[in-house]
Amino acid sequence: MTQTASLADRTDAAAGPGQGRDVRSPARRARRRERAAQWLFLTPALVYMAAFFGYPIVKNVVMSFQDYSVSSLYTGTAPFAGLLNYRAILSSGLFGQLAWNTAVFTVLSLAGQFTLGLGLALFFARRFPLNGVIRALLLLPWLLPLVASATVWRWMLGQDNGVVNALLGLAHLAPATGVPWLSSTSVALFAVILVNIWIGIPFNMVILYSGLREIPEEIHEAAALDGARAIARFRYITWPMLRPVVTVVLVLGFIYTIKVIDIILVVTGGGPANASQTLAVQSYQLSFKEFLFGQGAAMGNVLILISLVFALVYLRFNRAALRTGGEL
Amino acid sequence: MTRPAARNWRSTVLAVLILAVLLFPVYWMINTSLQKNATSFATSWFPLHPSLSGYRQALSQQGNHLLISLIVAFGATAISTTVATPAAYALAKFRLPGRGWIIFAALATQMIPGIVIANALYGTYNELHLLNSLPGLILADASLGIPFSIVLMRSFMTALPNEIMEAARIDGAGRLRAFISVAVPVSRNGIITAALFSFLFAWSDFLFALTLTTTGSVTPITLGIYQYLGAQTEQWSPVMATAVIACAPAAVLLVLAQRFIATGITGGAVK
Repeated sequence: MTQTASLADRTDAAAGPGQGRDVRSPARRARRRERAAQWLFLTPALVYMAAFFGYPIVKNVVMSFQDYSVSSLYTGTAPFAGLLNYRAILSSGLFGQLAWNTAVFTVLSLAGQFTLGLGLALFFARRFPLNGVIRALLLLPWLLPLVASATVWRWMLGQDNGVVNALLGLAHLAPATGVPWLSSTSVALFAVILVNIWIGIPFNMVILYSGLREIPEEIHEAAALDGARAIARFRYITWPMLRPVVTVVLVLGFIYTIKVIDIILVVTGGGPANASQTLAVQSYQLSFKEFLFGQGAAMGNVLILISLVFALVYLRFNRAALRTGGEL
Repeated sequence: MTRPAARNWRSTVLAVLILAVLLFPVYWMINTSLQKNATSFATSWFPLHPSLSGYRQALSQQGNHLLISLIVAFGATAISTTVATPAAYALAKFRLPGRGWIIFAALATQMIPGIVIANALYGTYNELHLLNSLPGLILADASLGIPFSIVLMRSFMTALPNEIMEAARIDGAGRLRAFISVAVPVSRNGIITAALFSFLFAWSDFLFALTLTTTGSVTPITLGIYQYLGAQTEQWSPVMATAVIACAPAAVLLVLAQRFIATGITGGAVK
């Protein structure tokens, strides 16, 4: 702390107690002016975050209790609707399926991304030629615009002329007619999960890799000398020491996954027959396809609530872990 | 002596195989974009007879959208960097009360689904006449980069030695001068990295473009691809060519940011 003590403190200290009593009020005024000048650095960002994050959240909550429709856009007013919007989305008959789809999408995506990301991180923690270059190239899927990569997958997953079915056919792993990735109600959800896993692998790999690098090599060497095998070393050294990073990856992954819209809209559009529709996509559909902005807002709030509960519960159980890993 | 080396190279071979599998979609995108007719039943595995007709069609139909994407992304990056840099500096170097909460708030914005923001902004944008306008989309897209930039640059700037700013203050520079002529140049790499990511976030934005533009007057390339899908899913060469063009900045960023992140933090200013 002493090393990072800021400039401002030192100037404050110089102007403060060291001086005589009679000059105290000008000194205080100077300090106040100093403070105000410091806040000016932050003001644009605070205003921006208030306008584009704070205000929308508040307005969204208000809208969820209003009958906010197309006419509200012209009149600028929306009648109070109480809990009608929430009742409408919860009793629509679709909600159960949407919640289930969202849960399956989130859990399987996270499981796939995390497992493959951890496997790759462990693999790349070894030393071999061209390691750095190959690892950097693996980041590419994460950096591409989601719409672009989702479009590629939509083309690849086509039933008749998609390359995925062609490859499966070559390996005799698929029926002659091909897997109806995007057109079958029982497969579409897994198709979007597959795409989402592919997109999320680099993120998981990078963060877990940097976590692995933090573990001192001597510990591994000492354990190896003591005769611990690779699996035991992972179980008793790597995994416990990686826990804080695992927490960060999973919490962030959950928060990002539950709000995915672009990938699903592009790959399946939520279909067929809502088979790959999630709460987030439905929130978009309600507001911008059916112009029921109040219901869309209510659905959005449900999403935030789920994220919040998950984050709080998870972080509570991992508070100690967060203390070291939260900096990420 | 040769055995461990051989085993290392075996790992490299395995890594290349993993890379080939994971980047296959990227290959397939490029391969399809270079084929004259990717509507046929079987697209060839290799672009043996490469044709640029997909790109020609993409540029004639999407060139306009490309231009809009460039304007929006550059505009959003300029705003995001201008707003976030002084904030990151203040959070790193001034001991302001509540700064921990501000950093927490910046992190917590990641939790807000984009659709919630879009849903609330739509009505407000309508009143302010910002729907279907470049400034409206630029302002919204800038918000994607600001929290990330603040957090990233703050960690860069926390590592700046106080001595160099103190020296500037002693030389008579004001707070603003010390920031602009000392802190900014010294944290150049952090700022460039943040700006590159802000550019990428704005460039990749789809949700704000989809919701805050409705008339087609302001259509960035991501929305252009999406509209392609609705209109003609049978002709994949131009669609893939557009996707390749939309992916180009990411490829550039991967090369550039890799270098900037790796470059040292103080950049030799205090040596």
